[in-house]
Amino acid sequence: MNDLALIGPILAAMFAAATPLLFAALGELVVEKSGVLNLGVEGMMLVGAVCGFAVAVQTGSATTGFLVAALAGAATASLFAVLTLFLLANQVATGLALTLFGVGLSALIGQGFVGIPLEGLPKLYIPGLTDLPVVGQALFGQDVMVYLSVAAVPLVHLFLYRTRAGLVLRAVGENHTAAHALGYKVLRIRFLAVLFGGAMAGLGGAFLSMDYTPMWAENMTSGRGWIALALVVFATWKPARAMLGAWLFGGVTILQLHVQGLGIDVPSQLLSMLPYLATVLVLVLISRDVARIRLNAPACLGKLFHPDA
Amino acid sequence: MSFIRLEPRGQASKTMVYVTPLLAVALTLLSGFILFLAMGFDPLKALYSFFVAPVTSVRGVGELVVKATPLVLCAVGLAIGFRANVWNIGAEGQLTLGAITGGGLALAFYGEGGWWLLPMMVVGGAVGGAVWAAVPAFLRLRFNASEILTSLMLNYVALLLLNYLVHGPFRDPDGFAFPESRLFEADATLPVLWAGTRVHLGALFALLAVAGGWLLIARTFIGFQIKVIGLTPAAAGYAGFDQKRIVWLTLLLSGALAGIAGMGEVAGPIGQVTAGISPGYGYTAIIVAFLGRLHPVGILLAALLMALSFIGGEAAQIAMGLPKAITGVFQGMLLFFLLASDVLIRYRVRFGARRAAA
Repeated sequence: MNDLALIGPILAAMFAAATPLLFAALGELVVEKSGVLNLGVEGMMLVGAVCGFAVAVQTGSATTGFLVAALAGAATASLFAVLTLFLLANQVATGLALTLFGVGLSALIGQGFVGIPLEGLPKLYIPGLTDLPVVGQALFGQDVMVYLSVAAVPLVHLFLYRTRAGLVLRAVGENHTAAHALGYKVLRIRFLAVLFGGAMAGLGGAFLSMDYTPMWAENMTSGRGWIALALVVFATWKPARAMLGAWLFGGVTILQLHVQGLGIDVPSQLLSMLPYLATVLVLVLISRDVARIRLNAPACLGKLFHPDA
Repeated sequence: MSFIRLEPRGQASKTMVYVTPLLAVALTLLSGFILFLAMGFDPLKALYSFFVAPVTSVRGVGELVVKATPLVLCAVGLAIGFRANVWNIGAEGQLTLGAITGGGLALAFYGEGGWWLLPMMVVGGAVGGAVWAAVPAFLRLRFNASEILTSLMLNYVALLLLNYLVHGPFRDPDGFAFPESRLFEADATLPVLWAGTRVHLGALFALLAVAGGWLLIARTFIGFQIKVIGLTPAAAGYAGFDQKRIVWLTLLLSGALAGIAGMGEVAGPIGQVTAGISPGYGYTAIIVAFLGRLHPVGILLAALLMALSFIGGEAAQIAMGLPKAITGVFQGMLLFFLLASDVLIRYRVRFGARRAAA
């Protein structure tokens, strides 16, 4: 009976833990759908996290914090966009550079903000619904960013598959030469997609620093940007599956925190390995189906495009 | 269309291959100047205390070599892989594993070592790193999983493993519960090569790696295959090159070299196993590999420069109270500028309206 009482909070914590992954993965999904592979998610999340946190501390406004985080993420992403789209730099190398740069830059910006506490966002409370056993807190007791991240899933899906702009974006990702020949601005579309990916990564990072563990610490994303990249592959580039994947990883993260509470004696460091090992496992399970990956991956993913060449 | 255009060159510019790294360094220094100015420091003084002051003493030059040693070892291996489109970004984890296996041997034979212990630790470190790199190789070849993501995930796993070991099995029994191992005995410590500094035998390993890496790439059939696979994978397929074998070879080799680097850290400047054995050598080695143009000799020079950014960061922190994080900013900026200016190798920048059809 004691275990049953735990399920509610665990479920609620799982959705919260999934939120930064979901934001970042949805952003990267759109980027990859346009044919660009940005490995800098971790760096963009960190810059978003520190900028959002700093602004929220100084203005006292969480809304401003999140807006600035999205802008900071997009600004960081624009570096990647200029380098890979207009200066034709290798996407893998540039993405790595973006992460290394983001780690350093966020640490530099954040040095005056270490150890400052911040109040998280208020949680929704609907009398009756939130008090429901087991699912009440998980479904009706979250804060606005958790709901926003979930709302973004159908929005991204509708954009990609039900709007003309989404169709063009996918066309650019599948065959940039043909899209260019039809008169679409390949570079402009990709630029905007990369900015969107940066903004979403920034929001994901800011959710961590402003809400999930409301404080700033160097490298606080601890690999979540990379896990988000793996989630996009796991999702076979489909938004709804990205959400499932994010929940799965949220669950693994929370599980790791609760195993010790359940009296199972495993060193904490070994438990902390779980999300990373799970990422490898999930990646292996999905990638082994070569045909499925080939069918779903954007055909021009990671390829350079030069309109004059 | 636009006033600044990129016009493809007939063939890649040889000059630019050498000029762009220098250009990138110059742009980084310029940005550093602006950054220091914006942060309210005297920029010239800050740049001096960052990039010059640390190497004005024999000890400082020695530290430069100490820090460059693991960078060279990791970067030579990574570069060989990058040439074959094998994106191992797990050097940090492979280095950590080398420190665990190499250092573990030192602890296992504590008090009963001999002349054989150090060679065994070198081999142990190499094997540890290679085993860690074998995982992404296997997962890529058997299950088609991206080695970028798997090798990176294993970095976090390796760090946690190290953390667990120094809190548990490796912990010094007489160490008042500090998370570190015993200090290695003399027969498990790499001899110092240069009196008055901490330069150790690992520096020689790094030079051997440079020479070996160059021989492999420039003078062997395997090196030729690596280059062909990297430049035109399809041609390599028609030629019947065994691409799987190259993936195995490049990953195992880079893992082994990173493992030796990790073993060299615990048996060299650190002298024990601790939770913090690397300030991110495995990640910086990626920058070193690109800055050195994936060429072993270039890597040697690039590693010295990057080593300077590490000790410069520490020196500037002490001398002027500059934040240590600035090292990472400099390293990231340098790679950005390099990647950006590399466009000059294959393209000319043209100003003015689009030319009439010639």
